Amino acid sequence: MSGVAIEATGINRWFGEGEARTHAVKDADFRANFGEIVYVVGPSGSGKTTMLSMISGILRPTSGSVRIEGIDIWGLPADELADFRLHRIGFVFQDYHLFPRLTTAENVAIPLVLQNRDWADALAEARKDLEVVGLGNRASLPPVKLSGGEQQRVAIARAIISRPDIMIFDEPTASLDGETGRNIVRFIREKLLSDKRCIVIVTHDSRIYEFADRVMRMEDGKVTGVERSEMNAQ
Amino acid sequence: MPGILRIAYKLLVNDRAKFTALLVGVTFAVLLMVQMASLFAGVLHRSSATIINVGAGMWVMDPAVQTVANTIPLPNYVLDEVRSIPGVKYAVPIYSGAALLKLNDGSYQAANIVGLDDTTLIGAPQMVAGSIQDIFAENAFIAIDDAEFYKLKGARLGSEFELNDHRGRIVGIARVPASSLFGTPTLYTTYERALQYIPNTRFTISYLLVEPKTSADIAAIKARVAADGYLALTEDEFMRRVSGFYMYQTGIGINMMLMTLFSFVIGLSISGQTFYTFILENIDRFGALKAIGAQSRGLITMILFQAGFVCLTGYGLGVGLCAALIWLARARLPDYAALLTLSNLGLAFIMVVVIAGISSYFGVRRVLLIEPFEIFRS
Repeated sequence: MSGVAIEATGINRWFGEGEARTHAVKDADFRANFGEIVYVVGPSGSGKTTMLSMISGILRPTSGSVRIEGIDIWGLPADELADFRLHRIGFVFQDYHLFPRLTTAENVAIPLVLQNRDWADALAEARKDLEVVGLGNRASLPPVKLSGGEQQRVAIARAIISRPDIMIFDEPTASLDGETGRNIVRFIREKLLSDKRCIVIVTHDSRIYEFADRVMRMEDGKVTGVERSEMNAQ
Repeated sequence: MPGILRIAYKLLVNDRAKFTALLVGVTFAVLLMVQMASLFAGVLHRSSATIINVGAGMWVMDPAVQTVANTIPLPNYVLDEVRSIPGVKYAVPIYSGAALLKLNDGSYQAANIVGLDDTTLIGAPQMVAGSIQDIFAENAFIAIDDAEFYKLKGARLGSEFELNDHRGRIVGIARVPASSLFGTPTLYTTYERALQYIPNTRFTISYLLVEPKTSADIAAIKARVAADGYLALTEDEFMRRVSGFYMYQTGIGINMMLMTLFSFVIGLSISGQTFYTFILENIDRFGALKAIGAQSRGLITMILFQAGFVCLTGYGLGVGLCAALIWLARARLPDYAALLTLSNLGLAFIMVVVIAGISSYFGVRRVLLIEPFEIFRS
C-alpha cells in the first residue's frame, strides 16, 4: 500500500458560544502518507490536539473535510465511524488509559473484544502482541505493576492488535524520561512503521524530532509550516 | 459469555472494595425490604387464621365486621333465611370468641374458642390425636397444636381446665394451617357447648358458613343476603377485608410500607452512589473505549450488566439472609409471624430492578456524555 493515508482540507474548529467562542483550528490542511511518520508539533494551545482529534474521527470539524484512504470519514454515520476507528485506527493516549482492574493481556485484547472476537482468541492474540512489544512475561500482571515505559508499550500493543493502517500517538514521551522516550519512539519507527501504515504523533518533545519523516508546526490554530525531518531527509 | 460482558464483570468484581460496598448496600436493602414485607405478610396471614382454618366457601356476617375476632352476633332467623336461598347447598352456624381458661396449675390463659356446628362439624381441624367424634363427649374440647399450644402448659389427652366455672377436658389434639394473630391458644368444641360455657349476648351466631351449589350462585347469594342487611363474602373476599383493615386502618400497614420504602431509599442511595462513583473512576477509560471505537450500545450493555449483576447477586444474598433469619427466629420463637411469599419476593425484585435501573441510568448518562475528545485533552 502506498499513497495518501490521511488528507484534511480547510478544516476549522470553533469551540464555545458568544464571547467565549474560540477558533481552535483555522483553515488547516493536513496530509500524511503511508510509510511515513508525521509529527504535529507546537506550543500548548496551538490546536494540535484538536487537529489530531479531527483527523482521527473523534472530533467533528466545524467545516472542511477529512479523508482517510479516500473515505470522507465525517460523512459516515456515527456507528460506522466508530467501527471505522475500531478497525482502521490505533490510538495511544498520553495517559495510556489502561484499565487497572484488568490484566495487561486483557487490556491489550480490548479492541478485539469490541470487534466481537472470541475471548480466548483475543487473549491469545494479545499475548502475541505483548511479545512484540517485549512484555510477553507481563501478560498476567495488572498495568499498575508496570513502569511508565512498560505501560506505554502495553498501550502500543493495544493499538496494534487490530492491525490498523493509521496509528495516532498523543504525546508518547510526555510521561517518560529522555532515554525511555527515545527508545519508545525508536521502537515505533523500527517495529511499527511499514509501507502499509501511517503514523501521526503529537508531541512537544523536540528530542525525538529526528524520528519523524515530516514535522507539521502549528501555532495559534494555524499550520505555520510543514518540513521534512533533517535526519530522515538525508 | 460475550467478551464485552467479561470485561464488564472483571472491571466490577476486581474492584473489590466497591463491589463489596455495592453488594452490601443492595443485600442490606433487600434484607430490610423482604423482612418488613414478610413480617407484614405473616401478620396478615395470621389475622385471617380462622378463615383459613375453617375453610368455608362463603361467610355471612354483619356488615360492620372488620376482623374475624370482631364478631357481631347474628340472629337465628338469618340462618333460616340463608338456608332458604335457592343457590345455597348448606348453611351452618359457627361460634368464634374468646374465653379465659384456668389451667391445672392455677394460672389463667386467654384462648380462642371455636364452636363447630353440632350436626355437621363443618370446619373441623385435622386430628393428630384422638377422634373428632370425641368432641361430643362431656366437657370435650380439642386443642390446636400450633405455635401457641405450649401456653396450655403441657396439655394432652385427658388434661382438664376450667372455663367460666365449667370443667373442660382435652379429648383430642389437632393441627390447623395457620396460627392465630393474638398469641392465644385455640380450642375447638361444639357450637352448643360453646354457647353453654361462654357468657353470651342475645344473638349467638358469630358467622354463618355457607356452601353455594355452584360458583355461579355466589352473586345471587350475596345479593339476597345484602337485601336482608347482612354481608356475604367468599373466603378470599373476607381475607382481603381483614387484610385491608390491618393495612389501612391500624397503622401497621403504613408503618410497614414506610419501613420498606426507607429500605429501598437506603439501598438506592448506597448502591446508586457507589455505582456512580465506580463509573466516574473509570470514566476516562470509558472515554478511551469510545475513542478506540466502542459503540454506545456496547458501553450501555456493560453498565447495565454491571448494575444488573450487582443487584441480582445482592437480591439473592438478601433473600437468602432473610430466609435464614426467619428460620432462626422461628427456631427460637415458635409464634414468630413472618412469611416469605412470592408477592413479597416479587415486590423486592421489582424494587431491586428499579435500584439497578436508576443506578445505571446516571452511569449510562455520564458515559454517553463523555466526549472521546476529552481523553486527548486530559
